[in-house]
Amino acid sequence: MDKKSMKGWLYLLPAILFLGLFMVYPLIDVLIYSFEEGYNFASQTHFGIGWNNYSYVLRDPYFLQAVKNTFILVIFTVPVSTGIALLISVALSSIKRLRELFQTIYFLPYVTNTLAVGLVFMILFKKTPYTDGLANLIISWFGGSAIDFIGGPYWAKMFVLCFYTVWVVMPFKILVLTSALSSVNEEYYKAARVDGTSKLRVFTKITLPMISPMMFYLIITGFIGAFKAYSDAVALFGTDLNAAEMNTIVGYVYDMLYGNSGGYPSYASAAAIILFVIVLTITCINLLVSRKHVHY
Amino acid sequence: MEKKVDYLKLEKSVNTRRRVTKALVYALLVFWGVLVLFPFYWMILTSLKSYSAYNGEFVPKLFTLSPTLQNYLDAFTAVPLARYFLNTLLFTVGTTALMLVVTVLAAFAFARLDFRGKNIAFTLFLSLMMIPSELVIITNYVTITNLDMRNTFQGLILPSVTSVFYIYLLKENFAQIPDQLYYAAKVDGTSDLKYLLKVLVPICKPTVVTITILKVIECWNSYVWPRLITDEQAYYLVSNGIQEIRESGFGRENIPAMMAAVVVISVPLIILFLVFRKKIMEGVARGGTKG
Repeated sequence: MDKKSMKGWLYLLPAILFLGLFMVYPLIDVLIYSFEEGYNFASQTHFGIGWNNYSYVLRDPYFLQAVKNTFILVIFTVPVSTGIALLISVALSSIKRLRELFQTIYFLPYVTNTLAVGLVFMILFKKTPYTDGLANLIISWFGGSAIDFIGGPYWAKMFVLCFYTVWVVMPFKILVLTSALSSVNEEYYKAARVDGTSKLRVFTKITLPMISPMMFYLIITGFIGAFKAYSDAVALFGTDLNAAEMNTIVGYVYDMLYGNSGGYPSYASAAAIILFVIVLTITCINLLVSRKHVHY
Repeated sequence: MEKKVDYLKLEKSVNTRRRVTKALVYALLVFWGVLVLFPFYWMILTSLKSYSAYNGEFVPKLFTLSPTLQNYLDAFTAVPLARYFLNTLLFTVGTTALMLVVTVLAAFAFARLDFRGKNIAFTLFLSLMMIPSELVIITNYVTITNLDMRNTFQGLILPSVTSVFYIYLLKENFAQIPDQLYYAAKVDGTSDLKYLLKVLVPICKPTVVTITILKVIECWNSYVWPRLITDEQAYYLVSNGIQEIRESGFGRENIPAMMAAVVVISVPLIILFLVFRKKIMEGVARGGTKG
């Protein structure tokens, strides 16, 4: 190799070392793990190759529970958060006064520690012998009876998880959509005004098509993010998510790897690969749909 | 005459409608603002209530007339909160510094140097962006355990260093700098490394600052990897500390002290955000993702 090429690779060397050791090698390794049956962590031996890990994981009720929770979370939070973000961004771009203040406030959740703020949400929703909590106080104003959102019925826990997830992902979506809205060419709006087009028509025929690439970007990243939900659930319900019936797929992977039920990297690998396949499939579907609907 | 009256009326009704829309818009924005700020208000409020006052309120009060700082004292004395802070600081500084070195060198190679296999290497780098960290964390856990690096800073830092996306971001920025500058530097006999550090990095300072801040936020909030790799309190980061406090820290009922810890942990990043507001929001809009 000539000197020039050597130099180029030399500059790349640190990145290659880090990526190779902590990304490329693990990627190959996780595939191998997922097919090694009866892997023993202590002696690092296994006694066969096959699909056993996958069939074990797919039959594990905890995994099925985690899949169910994750899908509910995805189906609920992605449309809701994208919809509200669109509404707020449109409202934001229609005002001038106080706009920066609102933008700053809306972005705050992005820079806060998910675990820390999750504790606050837990306290707001939890019902203890000492207090019903603030959420229940508000419910009682409307004549409802108190519910324990953290240790109570399944739907209540699911509601808090979805609510908190939406709260956490909103800053990113609002930010992306407001910058998309501000980059729409003013000329289109002027032309529409000259033609006397109604506001609704302007929105559906000009604004939405113009920001559709960004909308789809948000939907795709939203799907991927929601499928990987984990620390929000930990913040609300504690580390023993299986007991709380609130585990997610990623949570299942980590539980298999570490903690009280851990020590099974093979099962963890199989579950992680199943997750990857699900995410990949949904992303591909999203891309196919977006090709039809995204303008330019 | 009659027509003129009609116009006035029309104008009036249009004006009213505009005002109503505006009021609705502001109402929506204020509502969401309150929803965002309320948890912050609640954590500060609760952290200022005394233990007995908090537990005496069956119906939670929305304000307090006798604020106390006792909870903050408890937060630092009953659990090693200062230790968690120091650990997180070390972890953040170490990871970010290493990330900067690796990223700047790689971005320079891709943007400015010519070498055999560059295009293939760059494509491979880009394809790595799609790999979710959940997939590689399993092997990394095993690797670090086998290297006997559990409960060490090396174990915490090394796998967290690389971010392909930042290399990409910086490479794009480096590539925008005109070639002439490079050739002029070459004529003057400047070495590549010196050109990179004395010319390129200062010119691209905004991007360098942006990726630094994004990485700092990422480090400060990281939870999963530290949880897997540390089980000794001496190496806990703030996220793990918070979880530990929640499970057993002050005794389950001392929520005001818990909230004081939460406030202390949240403040550094909020200050960082308020100082670098523009930079952070720009950087995130350009490609940060979360959630």
